[in-house]
Amino acid sequence: MWSFSNIAGSIQNWLNQTFSPTWSLVMQMIIAGIAVISLFAVLGLILVLMERKVSAWMQIRLGPNRVGPKGILQTFADTLKLLVKEGLTPAGADKLLFNLAPVLALVVGMLLMAPIAFAKDFQLWNLNIGVLYVSAVSSIMVISILMAGWASNNKYSLMGAMRSGAQIVSYELSAGLSILTIVVLCGSLNIPDIIYSQADGWWIFKGHIPAIISFVIFIIAVTAETNRAPFDLAEAESELTAGFHTEYSGMKFALFFLAEYVNVFIVCAIGATLFLGGWMPFHIGQWQSFNHVMDYIPSSIWFFGKTFFLIFLIMWFRWTFPRLRIDQLLNLEWKYLLPISMINLLLVTVIAILGWHF
Amino acid sequence: MFIVKYIKNIFKGVKSLLVGMRRTGYYFTHHKEIITQQYPDNKETLNLPERFKGEVVLIHDENNEHACTGCTACELACPNATIKIVTKFDITAEGKKKKALDKFVYHLELCTMCNLCIIACPTDAIKMDQTFEHSVFDRKELTKILNKPGSKIRDGVE
Repeated sequence: MWSFSNIAGSIQNWLNQTFSPTWSLVMQMIIAGIAVISLFAVLGLILVLMERKVSAWMQIRLGPNRVGPKGILQTFADTLKLLVKEGLTPAGADKLLFNLAPVLALVVGMLLMAPIAFAKDFQLWNLNIGVLYVSAVSSIMVISILMAGWASNNKYSLMGAMRSGAQIVSYELSAGLSILTIVVLCGSLNIPDIIYSQADGWWIFKGHIPAIISFVIFIIAVTAETNRAPFDLAEAESELTAGFHTEYSGMKFALFFLAEYVNVFIVCAIGATLFLGGWMPFHIGQWQSFNHVMDYIPSSIWFFGKTFFLIFLIMWFRWTFPRLRIDQLLNLEWKYLLPISMINLLLVTVIAILGWHF
Repeated sequence: MFIVKYIKNIFKGVKSLLVGMRRTGYYFTHHKEIITQQYPDNKETLNLPERFKGEVVLIHDENNEHACTGCTACELACPNATIKIVTKFDITAEGKKKKALDKFVYHLELCTMCNLCIIACPTDAIKMDQTFEHSVFDRKELTKILNKPGSKIRDGVE
């Protein structure tokens, strides 16, 4: 049957037969890099269009509908415009940091792509601490935002960056704790292990109410971590013009824009992997025939379906809720999400020790 | 008790968020609610909302008669001097002099469509029209005289 792992395997075989092992490895790395970059480009195009359409329909508007059939070429036109625009560096800016920041933002996204399982046995890097790696690397994101804000030599940028720092540092706690509940339940940090442990049901169903609570906390925390409304204080276009990327233009701005959407995709992919079973099809206990029908749907479609469902959820939040103030934001994290997720983690630990989950 | 209040707060917050998400979810799935008018394309079938205000017009009936007494209530009500009423004196049948409208000068370029003149008018002589294609090449053309030439006040309007 056609699958991503078969394609990857046959390419690897062909490379191994044609070239020496060293060159074969180099070629594989190049192919993986090109694949990740093209995935970025496609994600940017699709997610920006999706965001614009979703926001339009939620605000009783039509959205882009002029460029191409039903407006599907709108993002291509926007990308083309951004490509030909001048990437200005302000005179008072720290040139090195200013130009480094957008690249760093994108590199973080690339690093985070490595341990994600896109389909059955299809993963760039199967490391045994995948979940830890993701939560560790995703915090580098804040450095690129602080870098951009500081190097811009602009008060709005700096304010946005400082807000973003406070926000990401605090919400990482509850995101980490809600990830931990799943790690406690299945007892592994390895992403394929976590997915295989959900073969008879996803953790959101198997883990009773604590899993649902931690799922909700996870979604809230990652919305904050990716700087999206209602937690978009770092940009806050009505207060800080555009926050940390006020001074950016052209392709440098586009890289930040792309990094935002790629990050949304990644956190949703992690959420889908941990709570909704990654590429694992939807199985109900002993219903063999139903499970077989579900197995016929390719694993990549399951993975992308779940991820896009979570992305839609996050977009739904963005176009419904008003922005929080900075004190409300920190209140929500330190007075509500953190205590709840700690108690929740305790409950999950009891469930895991006593074996009460399915 | 503190903990009860805390938990109540959480449920109240989640409930209010869900109410909002239900509303946007409804709009997302019901595309017939979309209110965008694709203007130049649907010029014939344009569906303007009832309260849309385009410009001030003086209502004339089929005998070329209007209801404006020249009382300047609209001129006084206007916050940015859009309306200028020029009055004259008519000689009535009994030989008396009577104040009447000579020119109803309306500066469309100054008008903010606030509707205050319509509210102020004691005889309902003016109304807001829904025409909105006002672009012209010379701004002098935006200064309009609303009473048609040869029009006079309707009998019985005081």
